[in-house]
Amino acid sequence: MSTSSKRPRTLVAVGATLALALSGCGARAGDEAVAGGTSAAPSCVDTSGASVKLGFLNSLTGGMAISEKTVSNVLHMAADEINAGGGILGKKIEYVQEDGATDWPTFAEKTEKLLTQDCVAAIFGGWTSSSRKAVKPVVEKNNGLFFYPVQYEGLESSPNIYYTGATTNQQIIPAMDYLASQGVKKLFLAGSDYVFPRTANAIIKLYAAELGIEIVGEEYVPLDKDDWTSQVAKIVAAKPDFVFNTINGSSNVGFVKAYYDAGLKAETTPIISVSIAEEEAPAMGHEVTGQYASWNYFQSLKTDTNPKFIESWKAYPNSSGVTSDPMEAAYISLYLYKALVEAAGSFDVDAVNAAAKAKPITFDAPEGTVTLDGENHHISKPGHIGKINSSNQFDIVWSSDKFIEPDPYLEGYDWFPADIRKQLTDAAG
Amino acid sequence: MTKPKPWISLGGIGVFAVLLLAVAPLVLTDHWLNNVGKYCCWAIAAVGIGLAWGRGGMLVMGQGVFFALGAYSMAMHLTLESAGDRIPGFMVLYDPLAPLPMFWEPFRSAGFTLLAIVLLPVVLAGILGYALFKRRVKGAYFAILTQALAVALATLISSTIRETGGDTGLSDFKYFFGFVLNDPANKLMVYLVAAGLLVLCLLAVWQLYRSRFGELLVATRDAEERVRFLGYDPANVKLVAFVVSALMASIGGAMFVPIVGIITPAEIGAAASILMIAGVAFGGRASLFGPALGAMAVGWGQSSLGSTWPEGWTYILGLMFVVVILFLPNGLSSLPARIAAARRKPVEQPAPAPVVAELEEVRS
Repeated sequence: MSTSSKRPRTLVAVGATLALALSGCGARAGDEAVAGGTSAAPSCVDTSGASVKLGFLNSLTGGMAISEKTVSNVLHMAADEINAGGGILGKKIEYVQEDGATDWPTFAEKTEKLLTQDCVAAIFGGWTSSSRKAVKPVVEKNNGLFFYPVQYEGLESSPNIYYTGATTNQQIIPAMDYLASQGVKKLFLAGSDYVFPRTANAIIKLYAAELGIEIVGEEYVPLDKDDWTSQVAKIVAAKPDFVFNTINGSSNVGFVKAYYDAGLKAETTPIISVSIAEEEAPAMGHEVTGQYASWNYFQSLKTDTNPKFIESWKAYPNSSGVTSDPMEAAYISLYLYKALVEAAGSFDVDAVNAAAKAKPITFDAPEGTVTLDGENHHISKPGHIGKINSSNQFDIVWSSDKFIEPDPYLEGYDWFPADIRKQLTDAAG
Repeated sequence: MTKPKPWISLGGIGVFAVLLLAVAPLVLTDHWLNNVGKYCCWAIAAVGIGLAWGRGGMLVMGQGVFFALGAYSMAMHLTLESAGDRIPGFMVLYDPLAPLPMFWEPFRSAGFTLLAIVLLPVVLAGILGYALFKRRVKGAYFAILTQALAVALATLISSTIRETGGDTGLSDFKYFFGFVLNDPANKLMVYLVAAGLLVLCLLAVWQLYRSRFGELLVATRDAEERVRFLGYDPANVKLVAFVVSALMASIGGAMFVPIVGIITPAEIGAAASILMIAGVAFGGRASLFGPALGAMAVGWGQSSLGSTWPEGWTYILGLMFVVVILFLPNGLSSLPARIAAARRKPVEQPAPAPVVAELEEVRS
């Protein structure tokens, strides 16, 4: 008991330390010069050597690993190709691979590690919109670069992110246009319960009203749940002309199973998907022949550059042998970065962003020659609708007549309410 | 009964405090200091688990619930602080026209938020504990019930995307009670607050373990009926330990948010709650430092081994857990005592019944 009299003193000492810590001399709110990020530690990227460090951040474990491992693999292939061709600005790519583990805080932690500990010049990866939302504040406050390769819901822009997948007006809107051209009057929306499907469906509903398509139902199931039985029963009851599928990952397997178990068929109630590609189609456990998907790249696409891409991928170690839209977009992202750095003549983030604005950067991608929009950091893309054939490849049934310019905030579309756009840009800024 | 001299433990806390508050900021890089800050948050929750489980015998498998109360209270406040007068961006995205949900409104106030971080877990654990302990619910039933609560809360948050951010979680916090979070000096401050709170929690349980209450708690754990016959109500003893552990989990959760910069249901659900328990068991649930050090070790393993060997590290964790439970049922912190015991006569420690005995109890 002799020490009990010392205890309050210890508590006081610790309390005093906390008080001191709280009165630290850091910036307060309202000190906008600091809020902008200028007070962040200066970049530690060192490109004076013979190589440049890049970070690849993909979920190698967890639920998204099945999709993201392919992206990681194709990034490695692109890095090998670029290195074989002399590297970027004559410097060989030295990559650091990190695992996002399908856990959004892990994505944030690893982004910070790659930028401040490994000092990489740019990071490539991510798949779900949740992972991108976790990475965004970290690359912004450290003034890093992040290249995101998957189609997404749009309504976002960041000086520190380049989007090489489609935004809504390059995938969702072409799909809606196609449905309208096919005389679809009743549409059912089925999606995973997270940011992409929710936002995509909000946009679909606005555009459907414009097109005169009635939304006869809207159902969500969490990303990690596979049981779609009760939701599919609602589809049966609603008798839609088409089902718009924004389900992501393995939950699709459960959805397709419930769909066929309920007696639905591609001939009468077809599905149009924005997340099922060549890679996923064979994994559905059911014949998905006759179902549709909207993408910007298909393996069956006839371009000058596609055959070589498919051939390299088939020869690459651990490759699945099939190519798909997200992996093609990941492949683009590394080459686009190379083109940007070479146009800038520097790996510096601000110089790269300035080069993007200075003149149009292009790349002869497997989907065709894509052009970067230096203002919104998205790329132009062709729109395609494919129908799955018996060999799990897509027969292209519709293509946009030209490359679609990226419009993440849907500024060219009158039916998108201006006040919502303003609220979103305000919230983003 | 020979007890380790209290000043040794107090000295240990002192050394620990110096290491965390003075040495770590000097020697670690920003990235690792931030990581240690995150481990501190888990360690704060772990200290509470040590109290409830190690000393009190209540296997709290759902501390994620209380971690979430603190974390989401803090996250809602920081989100509103960053959004200013506007409705947070993610809400606009899902339903542009709806107003801010009612339960968000009070979290605009910093005072209310701090009060909520303290009072919400105390009230919830108080009601829950009172109902369960008075009905003498214990063992596996108690463990399953707490675990189910964590699963239910994680599912609820996932499915209310507009109200809570859903699976994507809440992130992109710019300010922390008026301080710009991006400023390195403020990041250090947030770290110091988390580390300081961990030291405070250790001091609190150090005092509790030495007190009459600490003796009663261990007595309740080992022989609840005898405590009852002596005229004490074991339910009250357990209730206090459970409430304190809930409060610590909430404080850990609240500091997790500004340090990690994002909170999602995955951090509070079943797997996260079990990982908290794993760290405590690993370090030694009944000892003073075991839970905190165990939680920090598991956190370090996740960041470090998870980077070098992503597919393998969970196997390592599982293997270490099995080895520790089999050969060191009282955790790594019992290793020195084991070595000493092997050399001399056994040193008595307030060790819990081995897990095997506990399983027997559950089975019967």
